[in-house]
Amino acid sequence: MTTEKLIKVDYIARVEGQGAININIDKNGKIEKLQFKIFEPPRFFESFLIGRKYDEIMELTSRICGICPVAHQITALRAVENALGIEPTDQTKDLRKLMAISAHIQSNVLSMYFLSLPDLMGYESAIAMTKDNLDIVKRGLELKKLGNDITEIIGGRSVHPVTMLVDGFSSLPSKNKLQTIKKRLVNAKKDADLTVDLFANVEIPDFVRKCEHATISDPKNYAINEGRFKSSEGLDIDEMNYREHVYEKQKPYSTALHSYLKNRDSFMVGPLPRVNINFGQLSADAKNATKRSGVKFPNYNPFVSHLARAIELVHDIDESIEIIDRLKFKDEQRTITCKSGFGAAITEAPRGSLYHSYILDNNGVVKKADIVPPTAHNAYNIEKDMNNFVQTIIDEPLDSITLKCELLVRAYDPCISCSAH
Amino acid sequence: MSEKLKIGVFKFTGCAGCQMEFLRMENEFLDLLKLFDITYWKMVKRENNDDEIDIAFIEGGISTPREIEEIKNIRKKTKIIIAFGDCAIKGCIPSIRNWIPQMESEDLVYPDPSTICSTKMLGIGEYIKVDEELKGCPPHRENIIELIKSAVLKIKPRLRKHPVCVECKFLDNACLITSKNMACMGPVISAGCGAICPTLGRVCEGCFGPMSNPNASALADIFKSIGLNDADIKRKFRKYAGMSPEFRLEAGH
Repeated sequence: MTTEKLIKVDYIARVEGQGAININIDKNGKIEKLQFKIFEPPRFFESFLIGRKYDEIMELTSRICGICPVAHQITALRAVENALGIEPTDQTKDLRKLMAISAHIQSNVLSMYFLSLPDLMGYESAIAMTKDNLDIVKRGLELKKLGNDITEIIGGRSVHPVTMLVDGFSSLPSKNKLQTIKKRLVNAKKDADLTVDLFANVEIPDFVRKCEHATISDPKNYAINEGRFKSSEGLDIDEMNYREHVYEKQKPYSTALHSYLKNRDSFMVGPLPRVNINFGQLSADAKNATKRSGVKFPNYNPFVSHLARAIELVHDIDESIEIIDRLKFKDEQRTITCKSGFGAAITEAPRGSLYHSYILDNNGVVKKADIVPPTAHNAYNIEKDMNNFVQTIIDEPLDSITLKCELLVRAYDPCISCSAH
Repeated sequence: MSEKLKIGVFKFTGCAGCQMEFLRMENEFLDLLKLFDITYWKMVKRENNDDEIDIAFIEGGISTPREIEEIKNIRKKTKIIIAFGDCAIKGCIPSIRNWIPQMESEDLVYPDPSTICSTKMLGIGEYIKVDEELKGCPPHRENIIELIKSAVLKIKPRLRKHPVCVECKFLDNACLITSKNMACMGPVISAGCGAICPTLGRVCEGCFGPMSNPNASALADIFKSIGLNDADIKRKFRKYAGMSPEFRLEAGH
């Protein structure tokens, strides 16, 4: 069979990391080959973490990703705490949640305004958008800065923050600074609403694929740092048993392994599955914003992920204010006793569920490490989505198919460096 | 000013954190765009052109044969090459794997390592001439601005070569080594971060790499007297800059 159409993107722009798309379509309009090819060089974290100490893991795994370092830090800390049998205090959990949310604000705004919006508005980049839409770009920068500033006030800096430790913090943020932040959060609500309206009204491809959606979930709050791993098809497991259910396979063209569920298939993680499954735990204003958008959830159009991020932004601001209001800023003692054991943790990074697990020896030295980032969870599902999606647009010109395939990848906001850690 | 500078941002083996620090200049970003054009930046732009670049910010180290070719290509087309962050300088955290046989690492991570072609994780200076280094994991945005301003003015940037200790003194921080017997890397590590960690109650871990002419062995002796064993000391130096000649002895062979 001769190839009729070749869709080829050698280096996908406006995503984190190095990925490519290769699709061959034959003259009957059948897809011969479809690859979401991740060629990011692997860094072998799971190899060199062996021999390192429990109190360094947060710092080292932070370097898996510069966009979601906070998620890696919290996941690593919780996995280590689970191995050592440590239950952190409520204050530590609250401050961590505030950190995680600030990172979500930063990363989701980056994805919406700077990585995806240019396509949806017909520009090559946000820089090009400044000519006609300076106010929108400025709003994006302002929201991103808010997220980053919160991370920096609690963590010392926004990229690879430093204050989160096993069972606590090295230093607590000042009350005054958080009060200033609270004012900025209150003011940002308007911009968050505008963001929802913006993404409710941009045109996205009309494409639905009912695949399995997964996220951590907690009946008491919108789960980010802790919860049971649940799916739209009835999966409901404790993080410690993750490996009994989620497997990985290698594709020769990808340095990221592909995840799948045992006896099942690919699955999707990220903002859309979170809003779908945990809708009930969203703040009242986030629910109102959803209603205003006119889009129904649960929703299985991957392009609705942008709107899901905007809805989460409203919730993130509400929950941040709530946490700041209840924080007491007590100085607390950390107590750590090394012992051997296994610990695992799943959290929600901005782009989806993130898994870490470690086996430690008596001295707290790592014997085995296992890390599955969100984009490794999603890589296989992106291919399956693309396979169905391309068939719906197969008669369009090559340029248009190519751009739309890129759009699909960007809707997942992949973090490719993470995936090929 | 005649023509705007052409800036390129390139990613190699790394985490994109340095690019994120570049984007962290939310306040300055739109103003900076008046001084230069960003002609190549994959993470931000869909239309990219790297035919001729005045300043290339290289994030990430070199860890595959393809990257070796690519970095040499960029060198040919670029006037000033900046090693942007620790990965590009000496390989940073991922260089810890250089002490492990490559086959062992590949076997551990991949069911079929035959499709993986990774080399050791090295700084770009192993393969090309580097004009300036922006230290840090990540570099601090003020240093990025200092460097860009200097390039526009055609003067030498003032990047710090003294240790973190100087920044601690400016901030009136009590020394963590002398007052608390904590194993702080500050005395041998380049300043530029603003002594973030000691100010926030933890030791400097060394993420800005070696200062100019550090005395690593003296600090290792102090660590020993505080109670660290040889493995602990190795871990300290085999972290952000284990591959640098300044720390090579303490990082172990």
